[in-house]
Amino acid sequence: MSTLLADRKDVVAIGGLGASTNDMCAAGDHARNFYLWGGMGGAAMIGLGLALAQPKLPVLVITGDGEMLMGMGSLATIGLQKPSNLSIAVLDNEAYGETGGQTSHTAVAADLVGVARACGIGDSRSVTTMAEVEAFAKAVHDLTAGPRFASVKIDSANLERILPSRDGTYILNRIRGDLGFQPI
Amino acid sequence: MHARSDAADTALSWPDDIFATLQRFDVRQVPYVPDAGHSTLIQRVLTSSTMRGIPLTTEEEGVALLAGAWTGGQRGVLLMQSSGVGNCINMLSLIPILRFPFLTLVTMRGEWGEFNPWQVPMGSTTQGVFELSGVKVLRASTAAEVPAVLEAAAAQAYNALTPTAVLLSQRLIGAKVFTK
Repeated sequence: MSTLLADRKDVVAIGGLGASTNDMCAAGDHARNFYLWGGMGGAAMIGLGLALAQPKLPVLVITGDGEMLMGMGSLATIGLQKPSNLSIAVLDNEAYGETGGQTSHTAVAADLVGVARACGIGDSRSVTTMAEVEAFAKAVHDLTAGPRFASVKIDSANLERILPSRDGTYILNRIRGDLGFQPI
Repeated sequence: MHARSDAADTALSWPDDIFATLQRFDVRQVPYVPDAGHSTLIQRVLTSSTMRGIPLTTEEEGVALLAGAWTGGQRGVLLMQSSGVGNCINMLSLIPILRFPFLTLVTMRGEWGEFNPWQVPMGSTTQGVFELSGVKVLRASTAAEVPAVLEAAAAQAYNALTPTAVLLSQRLIGAKVFTK
């Protein structure tokens, strides 16, 4: 997570419900962080709506395997729209970490990289080394070659939680303010 | 196909009225799951230079998409049929939490002269589902009332951040006719 966001510049980052949103905060709170505490399965679609509205901004969705599995159809929707500024990174620990570590579909059968590629996201990568994480983080800034997808296999260690703000209106309007939009 | 008998004179004009209102309110993203009752409007959107039609695999994607669009400064509207409203329920929780403008136009099934009993349960609970989820419901039953209803719905959704669903009744659209 820290490597994905280390040199983020103008990236707007969306953290999916679960450890992803906490880890995004742990890597450093930022006015362009969109922390989700609910709406499971919606992270990639929030990313798509934002990416289409702001085609010159890099948009990075960082979510877990369970959250992505719940919104798997959105990969087909994104594959159709092909927003070149949208990147999705799934931090895949092959488990539902928030609910007791139950095994997820990716542990045994489901191949999210294969799904993303089959949905029309040509740049779909399986990431297993830090060098590959760094390469993906760099690619996020290339606004001409997306959408791109990465599944980053991670361990399922339960680290101390850093909790971001739970106030959705604050979180959304903080991003809007940073992008220069006024309140209604 | 749809029988137009109840609204024969104006059957083709109300989708244009909707399109004009959406255009006036600067709606840019139009996520949809196709429905025969929305087909004319979807066609207008897909040929528009200012609106982007975005086909979804399931309706809840559209709720999340509109949250992202507003974060990036754009307004949207979600087009679906009544059976899709049930697919949205948990994602509707984003609306009061994030407070983004939410407008959806829902073509109704399972009411006025329905042939298919499988449409009736969800059609019967559509309005209740919205109201329990904090979405105000307006209804248009005739082509003549579409412009005023759309104007009111768009105004309260975009100006007052009042989540709003417009139910386009089966009487307006025409009950779907099944032929062998």
